[in-house]
Amino acid sequence: MAIPLSPNPPVHLEDRMQHSIYLPLVAGFALCASGTVAQTPVLQVMTYDSFVSEWGPGPAIEAAFEETCGCDLQFIGTGDGAALLARLQLEGPRTEADIVLGLDTNLIAAARETDLFAPHGVDVALDLPITWDDPDFLPFDWGYFAFVGNEGAEAPTSLRALADSDIRIVIQDPRSSTPGLGLLMWVKTAYPDTAADLWADLADNIVTVTPGWSEAYGLFLEGEADAVLSYTTSPAYHLIAEEDDSKVAWAFEEGHYMQVEVAAKVAGTDQPELADQFLAFMVSDAFQSVIPTTNWMYPAVVPEGGLPAGFETLIVPETALLLSPEDAAAIRDVALDEWRNALSQ
Amino acid sequence: MLICDNLVIEQDDFRLTADIAFGAGMIMALIGPSGAGKSTLLAALAGFLSPDAGRVLWQGRDLAPLPPGQRPVSAIFQDNNLFPHLTISQNIGLALRPSLRLSRHERAAVGQVLESVGLAGLADRKPAALSGGQQSRAALGRVLLADRPVVLLDEPFAALGPGLKDEMLDLVKTKLGAAGRTILMVTHDPADAKRIADQAVFVGDGRVTPPVATQTFFDNPSPALIAYLG
Amino acid sequence: MAQRAVAIAPRWPGAAAAALVLVLTIGTLAAVGWRAEWQRGLSPADWAAIRFTITQALVSAGLSVLLAIPVARALARRRFRGRSALITLMGAPFLLPVVVAVIGLLAVFGRGGMVNSGLAWLGLPTITIFGFHGVVLAHVFFNLPLAIRLILQGWLAIPAERFRLAASLNAPVGRLLEWPMLRSVVPGVFLVIFLICLTSFAVALTLGGGPRATTVELAIYQALRFDFDLGRASLLACVQFGLCVLAAAIVWRLSLVDTMGVGLDRVVQRWDLRWPVADYLMIALVAAFLFTPLAMVVWRGVPGLMLLPADVWAAAVRSVIVSAASAVLCVCMALALALRGGTLTAIVGVIPLAASGLVVGTGAFLLVYQFINPAHLALPITILVNATLALPFALRAIGQAVDGIDRNFGRLGASLGLSRWAWVRIVVLPRIRRPLGFGAGLAAALSMGDLGVITLFAGEAQQTLPLAMYRLMGAYRMEAAAGAALVLLVLSFAAFWICDQRGRGDADL
Repeated sequence: MAIPLSPNPPVHLEDRMQHSIYLPLVAGFALCASGTVAQTPVLQVMTYDSFVSEWGPGPAIEAAFEETCGCDLQFIGTGDGAALLARLQLEGPRTEADIVLGLDTNLIAAARETDLFAPHGVDVALDLPITWDDPDFLPFDWGYFAFVGNEGAEAPTSLRALADSDIRIVIQDPRSSTPGLGLLMWVKTAYPDTAADLWADLADNIVTVTPGWSEAYGLFLEGEADAVLSYTTSPAYHLIAEEDDSKVAWAFEEGHYMQVEVAAKVAGTDQPELADQFLAFMVSDAFQSVIPTTNWMYPAVVPEGGLPAGFETLIVPETALLLSPEDAAAIRDVALDEWRNALSQ
Repeated sequence: MLICDNLVIEQDDFRLTADIAFGAGMIMALIGPSGAGKSTLLAALAGFLSPDAGRVLWQGRDLAPLPPGQRPVSAIFQDNNLFPHLTISQNIGLALRPSLRLSRHERAAVGQVLESVGLAGLADRKPAALSGGQQSRAALGRVLLADRPVVLLDEPFAALGPGLKDEMLDLVKTKLGAAGRTILMVTHDPADAKRIADQAVFVGDGRVTPPVATQTFFDNPSPALIAYLG
Repeated sequence: MAQRAVAIAPRWPGAAAAALVLVLTIGTLAAVGWRAEWQRGLSPADWAAIRFTITQALVSAGLSVLLAIPVARALARRRFRGRSALITLMGAPFLLPVVVAVIGLLAVFGRGGMVNSGLAWLGLPTITIFGFHGVVLAHVFFNLPLAIRLILQGWLAIPAERFRLAASLNAPVGRLLEWPMLRSVVPGVFLVIFLICLTSFAVALTLGGGPRATTVELAIYQALRFDFDLGRASLLACVQFGLCVLAAAIVWRLSLVDTMGVGLDRVVQRWDLRWPVADYLMIALVAAFLFTPLAMVVWRGVPGLMLLPADVWAAAVRSVIVSAASAVLCVCMALALALRGGTLTAIVGVIPLAASGLVVGTGAFLLVYQFINPAHLALPITILVNATLALPFALRAIGQAVDGIDRNFGRLGASLGLSRWAWVRIVVLPRIRRPLGFGAGLAAALSMGDLGVITLFAGEAQQTLPLAMYRLMGAYRMEAAAGAALVLLVLSFAAFWICDQRGRGDADL
């Protein structure tokens, strides 16, 4: 099947700039914008928005890494995982990023096609329910997709049971959101031949399809739906940050599709040593211990102190589902058509 | 001399031709039916319209290259002679300094003009706070201050009552005419012409007849004038 | 043919503004198309999106206009205490960021909202806001205020003498005066709202209920983000432009009379004032429809105010600066274009309505990226793009006023020999304070809530208030996000109100 992604054409910066009347203007902008010239080396990590927000892992990780690296760690935040990849594709080989952090398994195949990444070279025992041996992309956290509902309400025990029920759910659009794409893969992996039927039966349960996770979760909390597509770890947020144990994730018999979030080193980086240092740091305690209560995901390497109190209350799926990046890319368009047709009826 | 040399102005299906000379230092009345081209002629003299053929000459100089503001011409229109958001003294001061940054000397000149048109004490009012007659005086004041040799009046007093109108006409004659300006005044009313005009011109059927002394103009009316006066 | 020899205003700023608009709209589209590898044409799903887009835009614009007519009529002929405040407040939904408005609409029409609670209490079946009708409902909520305002201005522009004449002839006011006015005003209003709905994105995505409700703008988003298919994205953006041009061409034939800029405080004395109850009922119903969701945004947001982290306030300051700069730039561009005048200028003024915000953002990114890290230019680009996208509204308000000044005072200015800049400074600026204030307010408010280009450009240090709100939602902080939404609502409306009021300062125009 054709994958509608292709490497970017090489862009000849010099050719374009030589003849540009904008050059002096832009150079002026650049001088103004860059301000003081940094003496310390700068490591630029391109990631998704919520990672760098005040409540995300970014600030703590920046502080911890800068303590040891003698460098300035700068985050470039841009939308969600899919936006991150799109930005990377726009920038091509001239990207200033040294590390890209926040792609997931569904985006890896497309990311690999850009030929922008170098092997990570990190050898560490990962605490993932599956084996991981990708030479370029190194996981930093992971989770299971799950429907999150209210404690005490009717809780289905499978995707099929959910489709047969009258329960109202809100999901994300697979074309604009990583959880949405995850559900698409979940259904396709659990029901390889009858995914279209399952979607047809699910259609009347779906209140609406939102562009991103935030909108969907907001609608659920507002009471617009009985459940929302999120992660098994979502109840941990309510329990730990809000001392609210009313949210539960539903365990499904078909198993749960996984999201593995990864980072990779940009091959053309001007800070290769720092980048390697960061990737090693990424799977160390200092980074991993921040993840559970800021990104609300499982750390890729469980830190020495174990998981925070509250995580032990979360459901643990018996079966972890995950397609290889190549398989995921191969079935994506078929799965999407099934989804679109079923929900357009 | 203000000369219209084979002047042709075309607008849609309307065509006006004029080939006449107006004597300097005279007050001339332009009389004729509505739509005959009186205002069009003034617009061409003032530079608002560029003619399709012919020239406008003042003292032997072709005015064509000059934009309206640089012609030796001041104009008062039927309405909108004052900017409503500016005070009377500002409106008059525009004649000296379009930037409105007047020197002390220039401000004094504005004060004198205000006094001479009978608006002393009203300098800081805005036009809306003035009566119709006072607004006309302000417009006259500005023309006075601009001090250009040719003045075009396009029925500026048509909306005033008869008494007030006569007062304004007299003001035109004593203040503007006395200084030797060449004044062209469009009017519908023969009485206006008889009151102040030295000569009169008939505009009709797209043609402008040569100026005739006002007395003669009305005593020996042309057939077209007879038809117009009814 | 004799030429009009008076060209009194400076012309190069208009050319510069037009060039900027063209670069940011057509230029960005070209940049995206240039980088594209053309793979395939439009898919059946794209065609479905085009059909859906047109249908919902037609219905939304039609309903907005139909509802606006009786309300505008009631407001035009009744006077009551608080009328002027009511008219100003009624503008609020149009100024709201989509995310904020959706919160309010859900609180009223959602599953646990007021309407359904009421229906349940009465033992009636509940309604759902999600689906085609939800999209239309939201679009009407956003655009009804604009329709009311524009049509009301049409009504107030009918000279009082004509009502007097009609009364003395005992002629039907409706057929003699109001119908001709509506016929000249309504097509333009319909067009503007149709164009706004045509490029709708977040509303359809959140309330649409599924892939059926895919708009062209959403398809562009997916082409850019999901498939990284720049070719299809630019093709879809061309389709969007094409639709807008077609709509504009049709409406142009029906004649367009702009009336924005007429004062709204005027109440024309009328002699056909039976049935006051119907008028007041209409006003009350629409006010309830428009204000209840706003009230709910406030109600839900107040508890969240205490939870707002410090950097949300920093983001708010940044948003205020961006919005002020956009407003200044926008009115400067609108003024420059208005002074230049002409058909071409009018067309340039409408183009941003048809532009896809996503393509503009992506194209600007591609253009800027040739030279400099886009993160350094996040705020300047946001200002530029926001100013351009708000330009059609500001130009509509200002253009009309400038034309009027030209008509009434052009000759006086020319005969006084005012220089081009003196003309602008002494005559034009003081006389267009009101539409200038209105246009600046609109641009400021629209820019305040914008979440378009900033997402693609912003780095760590440039988050604006809408982005901060979005990030709060992304971090499970829904209550704090509601607080941020309230701040956004207050700031947007305050920006509009301050500019609009400053424009009204001088009464003797």
